[in-house]
Amino acid sequence: MSTAIDVRSVVKHYGTMTALHQVSMAIRDNEFFTLLGPSGCGKTTLLRCIAGFESVSGGDILLYGRDIATLEPNYRPVNTVFQQYALFPHMSVLDNVAFGLKMKGVGLAERRARAGKMLEMVHLSAFADRMPSQLSGGQQQRVALARALAPEPKVLLLDEPLSALDLKLRQAMRVELKTLQEQTGITFIFVTHDQEEALTMSDRIAVMSQGRVQQIGTAREIYEAPNNRFVADFIGETNLLEVEVVTASGGMAEVVLPGGHRLRCAAADTTPGRHHLSIRPERLSIAAEGPLTGTVERVVYLGTDLQLLTRLPDGAPFTLRLQNSARTQVPEPGSTVSLQLEDGAARLLVD
Amino acid sequence: MAGGVLPPPSNRGGTGWGPLRVPLLIPTWVMIGIFLLLPVLLMAVYSFLTKEFRGGVIWDFTLAAYDQFFFDRGLFGDEPPVIEWTYISIFWRSIWQAGVATLACLLVGFPTAWFIATRAPAQRTVWLFLITIPYWVNLLIRTVSLKFLIRDNGPLNEALIGLGLLDHPLPLVNTNLAVQLGLFYSYLPFMVLPIYAAVERYNFALSEAASDLYAGRWTILREIVLPMVRPGIVAGCILVFVPSLGAFLAPDLLGGAKTYMIGSLIDEQFKGSQGNWPFGAAIAVILMTMVLMVLMAQARAALKGERK
Ligand SMILES: Nc1ncnc2c1ncn2[C@@H]1O[C@H](COP(=O)(O)OP(=O)(O)OP(=O)(O)O)[C@@H](O)[C@H]1O
Ligand SMILES: [Mg+2]
Repeated sequence: MSTAIDVRSVVKHYGTMTALHQVSMAIRDNEFFTLLGPSGCGKTTLLRCIAGFESVSGGDILLYGRDIATLEPNYRPVNTVFQQYALFPHMSVLDNVAFGLKMKGVGLAERRARAGKMLEMVHLSAFADRMPSQLSGGQQQRVALARALAPEPKVLLLDEPLSALDLKLRQAMRVELKTLQEQTGITFIFVTHDQEEALTMSDRIAVMSQGRVQQIGTAREIYEAPNNRFVADFIGETNLLEVEVVTASGGMAEVVLPGGHRLRCAAADTTPGRHHLSIRPERLSIAAEGPLTGTVERVVYLGTDLQLLTRLPDGAPFTLRLQNSARTQVPEPGSTVSLQLEDGAARLLVD
Repeated sequence: MAGGVLPPPSNRGGTGWGPLRVPLLIPTWVMIGIFLLLPVLLMAVYSFLTKEFRGGVIWDFTLAAYDQFFFDRGLFGDEPPVIEWTYISIFWRSIWQAGVATLACLLVGFPTAWFIATRAPAQRTVWLFLITIPYWVNLLIRTVSLKFLIRDNGPLNEALIGLGLLDHPLPLVNTNLAVQLGLFYSYLPFMVLPIYAAVERYNFALSEAASDLYAGRWTILREIVLPMVRPGIVAGCILVFVPSLGAFLAPDLLGGAKTYMIGSLIDEQFKGSQGNWPFGAAIAVILMTMVLMVLMAQARAALKGERK
C-alpha cells in the first residue's frame, strides 16, 4: 500500500505562536483518514498546509513521493471541501461544479457532462441550474463536495464539512461520504472534533492536541489502546485512577489499585512510579466481589444504557455503564457495591 | 452605496410598517420635492423661455435655446439651418475627458480600495481617514494648488529638470491631460469608497476555493473577484463620471480654450450680462437627459444580470 500524503516533521508558526509542533503522519492511498482533536489543536492549520493556503515553517509534505510544500494551491492535485462551503455565489450549481474542470482546460461539452455526472452522484441533478443561494445547507454541502470531487483530485481534504448540518442530516451524510469515498477510491483527509464521527467513518484516526499528534491508529486501537491520558480522556468516557506500578515489562504491568488490590494490565508506559490507569465504564460490572468498591451516588437513565455514578473509598468519582436489559439489577443510591473488571478493561497510560 | 444601484431584493415590497408607511415617507417626499424635483422643473421651464439681454428671462415660450444648441442659422439667423458642431463637440470632449478620468480613477482606485480592505480592521479606518483628509480643503483651492504644482516653473517641472530627466519644462497647464488630472484628483475618493465597501464584504474564502480548483491569480480576479465587487465598481464609475461630465473648476483653472467642457459652458451662461439663462438651462437639460439615459441602461443591465 503506497503513501498518498507524507507529512514529515511539519512545523507551523504564527508569529510567536506555534500551531504545529513537528507533526508527522503517513496517510495511505485510498484511505479515509481523520484528524480529530479539540478546538484550536491545529487541524485546520495542517489541512491548510496540505492544500497550500498556508506555507509551512519547517518540514516537508510529500504527495505520492513528490515534495509539494512550496507549490501554490493551484498546482497541487488536492481539492478541499470548505467548512463554510465557499460556493461561488454568482455561478449556477453546474458552473460551480464544472469550475475546476474549466480551469484544467476541459472543453465546455465534456465538463458539463462530467459536472452533471458528479451532481448525479450527490443526488442533485434536479438542481443544476439553481444558484447556490437557492439551496438548503445540506444541498450546498453536497455541491461543495461535488465541486471538489469533479476534477478527480488525488486527495480530498474536508474541513468539518458536516458541522453546519443538523443531527439527522449529519448522520445521513456520514454514510454518503463514506460510500462516495469507497466509490471514487480517492484518499480522504477528514477533519472533525466530533469523536463519534471520527470513530464511525475513519479507516485511521490521528488524535491531535495543542499542535501535536498524540496517537495514530484505527478507531479500535485508539479507543481500546490509548497511548496517553489525553487520548484516553478525549476518546469516549473513561475513569482515570492514579496507581502505583509494582512491576512492568513487555507491555504489561502490575499495579496497586486504590484499596490495595493488585492488577495485571496492558501498559503503554512501563517506567516505574505513579501513573494513570484508564478503565472504560462499559467494561465494568457489579459482582459479589471485585478489586474495587464504590458507593452509588446516582443512577442516570440513558435509554439503552444506565450510567452509575459512584465514589471510591478515597473519594474519587468512578463511572460505570450497564446495559439496560430486563436482567440488569440496579443498585439503590447510597449502597456500596463491588466492581469487577473485564479482561483488558484497564490500561496503564503515559501522562 | 455599498449595495450598488439596486436595493437588495429582501427590501422590496412590504416592510411591515403598515398604516404608518405613508406618514413616515412624507418628509422624504417633501425633501425630494423641494430640493430635487422643483429645481429640475424650474430649469426645464427656463430652458423654454426667451433670453433677456441683461441676464434673466422674459416669459415668452420658445425653442430658441435648443435651436441654438443644435443648429447654425448664420450670423443673423436668416440662413437655412445647418448642424452646429460647436456645442456638440464640447459635449464629446466632456464625455471623453470624464471617461479618461473615470478610467484613471478605476485603475488607481481599485488597487487602493483593495489595499485598504485587506488591512487589519483597525488600520482600515486610519487609511480611509487619510484618503478623505484632502477633501476637507475647498475644491477650488485644491485645484489652484494643483495648477501651481504642474505649471512650467512649478515644483513638478523643476524636480524633473533638476533630476536631469527633462531639458525644458513639460507644458502641462492648458492641456487635456491637466484637466484629466484635475478631474482624477477631484473625484478619486468617490471611486475608492464604494469599491472599498464591496471588497470589504468580499469573502476571501472564495479566492482560496478558486485557487484550490486550479485558478491562477488573474483568473481569480477575472472570474470571481470582479463579478463579486461589480456593484461597487459600477457605483464608483457613476459617482466619478457624472460629476466629471459637468465639472467646471478643473477645466476652467487647469485647461484653456481648447479644453472647454460642458460645465464651463453652462457656468458662463449664468454669469453677468453676457449670459443666456435659457441657453444654459437647455444645455443642462440635454446633459441631464444623457446622464439619465446612461443610468437607465446600467440599471437595466443590472436587472438582467440579476435575473440570469
Ligand atoms: N492566521 C492565524 N494567525 C494566528 N494564529 C492562528 C491563525 N490561524 C490559526 N491560528 C492559531 O493556531 C491554532 C490552531 O488553529 P486551527 O484553526 O488549526 O485549529 P483547529 O484545530 O482547526 O480548531 P477548530 O476545531 O476550532 O476549527 C489556534 O490556536 C489558532 O488560534
Ligand atoms: Mg478548524
